[in-house]
Amino acid sequence: MFEQQDPNLIQLNSAGQLKHFLTTEGLSREMLTEILDTADSFVDMSAQQVKKVPLLRGKTVVNLFFEASTRTASTFELAAKRLSADVLNLNIKTSSTSKGETLKDTLMTMEAMHSDMFIVRHSDSGAAHYIASNVTPHVAVINAGDGRHAHPTQAMLDMLTIRQHKGGFEHLTVAIVGDILHSRVARSQIHALRTLGAREIRVIGPTTLLPRHIEALGVTVYTDMCQGLKDVDVVMMLRLQKERMQSALLPSESEFYSLYGLTEEKLKLTHPDSIVMHPGPINRGVEIETSVADGPKSMILKQVTNGIAVRMAVMSMAMGGQMTDHQAERESE
Amino acid sequence: MVSGVIKVDHLLTKMAEDLTTLIKVRQLDNPMVIGIHTGGVWLAEHLHQQLGIESPLGTLDISFYRDDFSRAGLNPKVQPSALPSATEDRHIILVDDVIMSGRTIRAAMNELFDYGRPASITLVTLLDLNRRELPIQADVTGDTLQLADDEQVKLTGPVPLALEIRKKDNP
Repeated sequence: MFEQQDPNLIQLNSAGQLKHFLTTEGLSREMLTEILDTADSFVDMSAQQVKKVPLLRGKTVVNLFFEASTRTASTFELAAKRLSADVLNLNIKTSSTSKGETLKDTLMTMEAMHSDMFIVRHSDSGAAHYIASNVTPHVAVINAGDGRHAHPTQAMLDMLTIRQHKGGFEHLTVAIVGDILHSRVARSQIHALRTLGAREIRVIGPTTLLPRHIEALGVTVYTDMCQGLKDVDVVMMLRLQKERMQSALLPSESEFYSLYGLTEEKLKLTHPDSIVMHPGPINRGVEIETSVADGPKSMILKQVTNGIAVRMAVMSMAMGGQMTDHQAERESE
Repeated sequence: MVSGVIKVDHLLTKMAEDLTTLIKVRQLDNPMVIGIHTGGVWLAEHLHQQLGIESPLGTLDISFYRDDFSRAGLNPKVQPSALPSATEDRHIILVDDVIMSGRTIRAAMNELFDYGRPASITLVTLLDLNRRELPIQADVTGDTLQLADDEQVKLTGPVPLALEIRKKDNP
């Protein structure tokens, strides 16, 4: 674990613009809306024949992945390439010892290559924040998932998907279902949904997979899925993180499925116009029934497409309009 | 603060005449009209209709191609560029409301070339503010205007089109 400070001291520059993107927590509604608006522009662009713009031409983006990831890493790579950046993909498996030092050495090596942006995925909470506090000023850091802490681009692509289908957030009841305890996605979603003004946020899961004091985040807790799903507009499923389960938190996968798996039957309890989301990769028959995952309410593939647009948006926001005071002085001479 | 309004109807008529002549002289066969968001699109719609051009109108948003991105950042509400047919080997009539430094046109041409290699590009602008920073000139212009340092001009529309001269809020 790394020490945590107020994320916005480091996330925003002196003009209040996005400099690093580490967490959705504490960002204003205006900032989150700006990210969504910018992402919308890139959604339109990605539907065109030429899916490339020169915004980050000449910039070097390093995908720094200390933890396995396929879709996040590949959509970040594609996003960077569509912005014309050069991309370096590094998959670094670390031992759990002496991480601080190893991380710093890795960073210094990457900086010596004149990188402009780090996309960081790490199994320790706070890793991206630590890196952002230690990079040279011109380097931007985007958190691609740190431990149980945050996964802000995933949360924002979910918000984009909701806004496209529901038009807004104020009238929505949203349920987040499954392994809340290990989920950085759930935390980032809750912060974003609250800031964007969702009417009600419910979390649904077994007591063993709910963090203590989760109510303090402004959510309603349900351990009975059938009660929790009643009339919700958006169902956000989470993946069962088997690799993060150190103790026997669950009796068995089949029991989890019967209690908390999203089936056609349970889906009938939601609002008739409800949508279903899942950050992927999905465990069919563990969290979600195959016919639901492939059904008309499923937004799962739309989320992947939106992921590219949201990542293009935060990357270009973190690199654009960042002229330092020093540069400004030089230009005005 | 609006300090003056220029009516544009007579300018539009003159531009349509000049452009028709130019199309004939240069033998621009089956030209494609493309407007730059937002004012250029309004103007392009007008000329497209007045000249009775058959090929559908295209639109460009050059936000992703601006050369001041690293300084000014990105406009979050970028309109999609929509080129209805292939630009390869086509005669393009590029329309914008105002030409000043020439940087917008530079960005627009870069974007156009990402879609293919046009046979030619003819530039049409309503107003020339005569402050070029790049060697780019319009082929057809409605009028030329010298603004004071604290003034800027804005096309309002789409119906009716008019040019407003405004005092800058913070000169």
